[in-house]
Amino acid sequence: MASPDPSVTDRVRALVAAHRGDRGALLPILHRIQAEFGYVDPDVVPVLASELNISRADVHGVVTFYTDFRAEPAGRTVLKLCRAEACQSVGAEQLVGYAERTLGVKIGQTTSDGSVTLEQVFCLGNCALGPAGQIDERVHGRLTPARLDALLTKAVQA
Amino acid sequence: MTAPVTVYVPRDSAAVSVGADLVAAEIERAAAEAGRVVRVVRNGSHGMLWLEPLVEVVTERGRIGYGPVEPEAVADLVDAGLLDGADHELCQGVVAELPWLRDQTRLCFARVGVTDPLSPSDYLAHGGLAGLRRALEMSPAEVVAQVTESGLRGRGGAGFPAGIKWKTVLDTPGELKFVCCNADEGDSGTFADRMLMEGDPFTLIEGMTIAAHAVGATEGYLYIRSEYPDAVRTMGQAIGVAREQGWLGGDILGTGLRFDLHVRVGAGAYICGEETAMLESLEGKRGMVRAKPPIPAITGLFGRPTVVNNVLTLASVPTILADGAAAYQALGVERSRGTQVFQLAGNVARGGIFETAFGMTLGELIHSYGGGTRTGRPVRAVQVGGPLGAYLPATGLDLPMEYEAFASAGAMLGHGGIVVFDDSVDMAAMARFAMEFCAEESCGKCTPCRVGAVRGVEVIDRITAGQDPDGNLALLGDLCELMTEGSLCAMGGLTPMPVRSALLHFPDDFTAGGERSAGRYEEATPS
Repeated sequence: MASPDPSVTDRVRALVAAHRGDRGALLPILHRIQAEFGYVDPDVVPVLASELNISRADVHGVVTFYTDFRAEPAGRTVLKLCRAEACQSVGAEQLVGYAERTLGVKIGQTTSDGSVTLEQVFCLGNCALGPAGQIDERVHGRLTPARLDALLTKAVQA
Repeated sequence: MTAPVTVYVPRDSAAVSVGADLVAAEIERAAAEAGRVVRVVRNGSHGMLWLEPLVEVVTERGRIGYGPVEPEAVADLVDAGLLDGADHELCQGVVAELPWLRDQTRLCFARVGVTDPLSPSDYLAHGGLAGLRRALEMSPAEVVAQVTESGLRGRGGAGFPAGIKWKTVLDTPGELKFVCCNADEGDSGTFADRMLMEGDPFTLIEGMTIAAHAVGATEGYLYIRSEYPDAVRTMGQAIGVAREQGWLGGDILGTGLRFDLHVRVGAGAYICGEETAMLESLEGKRGMVRAKPPIPAITGLFGRPTVVNNVLTLASVPTILADGAAAYQALGVERSRGTQVFQLAGNVARGGIFETAFGMTLGELIHSYGGGTRTGRPVRAVQVGGPLGAYLPATGLDLPMEYEAFASAGAMLGHGGIVVFDDSVDMAAMARFAMEFCAEESCGKCTPCRVGAVRGVEVIDRITAGQDPDGNLALLGDLCELMTEGSLCAMGGLTPMPVRSALLHFPDDFTAGGERSAGRYEEATPS
């Protein structure tokens, strides 16, 4: 296993230290690592394990259990489309098909130029205004192919 | 005209998802251009989501609503006299007098949409803290008795009597006890928890503080799903304000009560809405379901006695304490007392929040208030209670909205989420999705759920492909029985409910060899 960049290790240690007084702090720490680096590098797992005095298997198990934590960086823009029942009732599957066709990737993949990662999500809590999707941190409702195109173009250009 | 005009534009993420932030900015800009002074308040949403963004202007007649307002339409609306409450085709009249709102009994949602969610003075001016003040005059056992007598049942779906849970925690000795709020609202068709947290966060803080006093807890955790970043932000800010106001901390309202509250964010795991998986996640572990017993009330978070309640359960408590258990108990029917916050979602013309006493029929909610489907086509199926709830046919909508009536119809009221489908829906596809979702979201601890869901998808595929339909239908029946009886929690245990109800009410969809789905589903394509 490659040892992580010393500056990354120091930063991870600092993040752990910031949560030292918190109970069961692994999830908040992982969220902060992902917010800062964009993903949770498998190389930081042993650092976390030693800092928190738990096994590497425990840390690895948690990182891989939750879909939010990525092992590698995402595209510059992340598009999540809701595929839960309420959005399906107003055409979410067709919208997912449209996105896959126009982006040329499947759910879970990133476009070859690294601009957009397409993901699925089960419910954004916008069930009366579906189909719903999320572009980076923003939720959008009443999506149509045309509206999706416009929003995505704007996000990619930004 | 120098006095500023107050204009409300919701900050709720559903309203923002259709442009409310842009509308708010446009109003400021257009007003400045017209030489008018405005004060834009970002309120919660009233829950009439088909009208979002709903702009309200304060006038002598009351708050006049306009909606849905697109950002591009703001300049014309301001020209047309929006700031004076002038008539317009988007004008809805006085918002509080709209039948949708007037016909509700809003207890949990009394302030949502009305106030600035983060204003402590708004909160107090609209009855905030009355429940906590009453509770602090009582002994813990008296508070628990009030909650028990009110008949309040857990709003997260299972409907367990809240007072009994609280009494167990109160009666369990322990120096350290916790109150945990389950805000991992992952069920499709539910968004009431989110809207309450974004629209009236102090109510939830007040409810949790009352729970802390009632059971002797000093620490609280609010577990919010990561899909709700706005709720996370609003709750975090509200907790900060509450600490400054002395509503949380070491000496709450000068009574010596000590309780503090922390927000924890989930990480994209549906199963963490199951209470024991949520506790594992709060402990920093994988969200694996625990076997019960021991129950969380006795052995909960970090092994300590813990109250685990849903957002709306806790948000109902301030009203119960403020107005008394009897007033709450007087609402509702049979063993479903008080109000439930119903959520109309999916393919519905008028979707949103409808809080009313238990007992209204499903059909009345969907047709009288929801206005039927958004597409204008006939209603074919309705799923109540989230992804683990039953599908009901259009002929079965006379069911009263109460726990036992649903249970005896082989369905589940759950969290009160209602997802409407029109006649283009392929119910075999929905049954397959139920299994697929379970396979995706199972924590993996028990075999019936982890493996059963995968097998369920395969068997349904064989049935719809016309391979030995009778044999495979029998196999699916066996599998559903096994999952129901053998799973550790409701994830595997209830996944058969949507599957079996789809089979029962829509058998033709499974035997049409997929033609139905190929032919009619495409018609629902969004334009």
